[in-house]
Amino acid sequence: MAVMTMRDALNQALREELARDGDVFLMGEEVAEYQGAYKVTRGLLEAFGPKRVIDTPVTELGFAGLGVGAAMAGLRPIVEFMTFNFSILATDQIINSAAKMLYMSGGQFNIPIVFRGPGGSAYQVSSQHSQALESWYAYCPGLKVVMPSTPADAKGLLKSAIRDDDPVIFIEQERMYGMKGEVPEDEDFTIPLGVAEVKRAGTDATIVARSLMVPAALKAAAELEKAGVSCEVIDPRTIRPLDIDAIVASVKKTNRVVVAEESHPFCGVGAEISAEINERAFDYLDAPVKRVSAAYVPMPYAKNLEQLAIPGFEQIVAAVREVSYLD
Amino acid sequence: MATQVVMPKLSPTMEEGQLSRWLKKEGDKVSMGEPLAEIDTDKATMEMQALANGVLRKILIGEGESAPLGQAIAIIGEADEDIAALLKSIESRPAKASSATAESAPPAAPDAAPADTKPSPSTDGKPSADDSRDGGRQLISPIAARMAAEAGINLKSVQGSGPGGRIVKRDIEAAAGAKPGPARGAPQLTPMVAAQHKPGTVYGPSSFRDEPLSEMRRTIARRLVTSLGPVPHFFLTSEIDMERAADMRRSINELYPDVKLSINDIVIKMTAAALMQHPKVNASFQDKTVRYYEHADLGIAVATENGLITPVVRSAELKSLLEIAGEVRELATRARARKLKPEEYTGASFSISNLGMFGIDEFTAVINPPEGAILAVGAMAPKPVAHDGQIVIRQTMRVTMSCDHRVIDGAIGAQFLQTFKQILENPLYLFLSQ
Repeated sequence: MAVMTMRDALNQALREELARDGDVFLMGEEVAEYQGAYKVTRGLLEAFGPKRVIDTPVTELGFAGLGVGAAMAGLRPIVEFMTFNFSILATDQIINSAAKMLYMSGGQFNIPIVFRGPGGSAYQVSSQHSQALESWYAYCPGLKVVMPSTPADAKGLLKSAIRDDDPVIFIEQERMYGMKGEVPEDEDFTIPLGVAEVKRAGTDATIVARSLMVPAALKAAAELEKAGVSCEVIDPRTIRPLDIDAIVASVKKTNRVVVAEESHPFCGVGAEISAEINERAFDYLDAPVKRVSAAYVPMPYAKNLEQLAIPGFEQIVAAVREVSYLD
Repeated sequence: MATQVVMPKLSPTMEEGQLSRWLKKEGDKVSMGEPLAEIDTDKATMEMQALANGVLRKILIGEGESAPLGQAIAIIGEADEDIAALLKSIESRPAKASSATAESAPPAAPDAAPADTKPSPSTDGKPSADDSRDGGRQLISPIAARMAAEAGINLKSVQGSGPGGRIVKRDIEAAAGAKPGPARGAPQLTPMVAAQHKPGTVYGPSSFRDEPLSEMRRTIARRLVTSLGPVPHFFLTSEIDMERAADMRRSINELYPDVKLSINDIVIKMTAAALMQHPKVNASFQDKTVRYYEHADLGIAVATENGLITPVVRSAELKSLLEIAGEVRELATRARARKLKPEEYTGASFSISNLGMFGIDEFTAVINPPEGAILAVGAMAPKPVAHDGQIVIRQTMRVTMSCDHRVIDGAIGAQFLQTFKQILENPLYLFLSQ
């Protein structure tokens, strides 16, 4: 297996799927000539030409709608948002068209589209450009929501998303593009949507983490190991559909849960996971389910405040100690 | 003529409105079409206009309160008009109309309700700091409740270690581990094997075997270590009738006046004998293993000018009382002179600390790691006790054993102490086996 960045793993997935299926095409702001604002689409224009890799005007609602129409007509569009913060402009097409078309057309129109791009916090890009919006999209029936935490997951999940016949929201963490990891180079390597992965096995407490919080959770688990607490780290990888069975199985083993997330706590994915655990594994809990989330404020611009707003491994360690009754 | 002002329908889907702000107050003149109040509907805040001329005589709902469509919210009439009859008819209207207001504008009674339902402070002296919140109810985590039910553990006997006294999983595990075994009567004393021992033999540190930790032992170790410092102590106290031991000491000292046998020497001998019967107590925690010692290498706490030191009587179970007495005397003398070699005060398997000479009745001692336990011995003194149904004065002594819970569970420690007491109360036991 080759070691590569998440950026290159995503590029490889796009390249392989563009080559594999002539119906797949890519569009978005700066994806072609400029090779992507984050260079995820590097070299694709050269390889596949301007009919398959298309620069759009700065019109999120417009090109998202174009993508939905193309999907209805039988193509498989990949729409890149320069960041998911800009997808807010396109929510009408995503939620009212893409998510509902199969249902409202009585099953006549599949929408095999992928909306992808970076999300979550970056480095000092302030309130409007640092949002974790997965709960918005996970809330709406008809959308699948995917958030990879390693380069290999990024590749395998993006390939599955492109091959999926339903609209998929694929959120890449902006801070993780440069993260390196081993990636299978097999062109048939895919990871099915809706399957969680145990990133680290443990017996005393379960940490459910996704995206940027997975490395933080693993660091917390290593720290807690020194204190004699064995943590299991589970990454759902797909928020919709959620592999709740895997989470519940872990909770039944450890009896204690911390859900770590980069998004706000209120009405967040962590709140949903917590509720599911209560409904399915109440009799196995030794402590209330604890969430570690971002501060409930717009992301501050100031570096010191930004660091305080985003949860890190220290907060995860503290939360695990709390549910393990160690303090 | 006085007329009612009713909650108007201000949007197609409106069913009730919340009075946001009165624009007139009681006594103000109003004319038809003039704004009277602002109403929050399900869609927007809208102005409500007066539909009559006159004076705003009475406001029936306050700002922030809600009323369903059609309910009277004010009365407009002439300045001096008698509106009592109209008011009465509004108030006596069936509850249907007023029920909606009652919800958002509670009358005085519900105001007092929270005070009534507040649980009275607990007076039964339970330790829970959260009695006021939970009404003295026992807090328990779901998994702990289930485990307790499955193990048949009475929750009243369990002290919760979680926040607010919540009983959590580890409390049930500890309670399950400490459950007394079925044999509650006197344990069968196994005769001591007559070991081969030549008086005067010098023994090295005891040999031992390391047993891998079982999963349960590992779990107990990990959990308990967080409870009370690095070594999780628990304490067992027993009161021992010392009449016979005291007699024995007197008799031996009559035979060998030079020896000056002390009660502590007898305690050492009996401890060694009891340890041989309960090898699980003669053990230490070694991170990944529990170490069980073959011989009773007993650390004897000796107070010196410079502090505490515990010279070791090796293989005490093999030695006679006279040998032990001599050795202890000699070790203590050298300890006070700071002449002990390191190997003479390290590597004990079990320790004894005696503060009886200071008149201490009983105390708890801190374990000397990595040993599994220490016995704290109090003063022997005459005390009135119940003996054969009579209150009589007997020589008694209290001992408290501190155990490392990672190695020794409650029942194991208790069984050892039971044997120790039995031997000390019947010292002739020693001569059955040697």
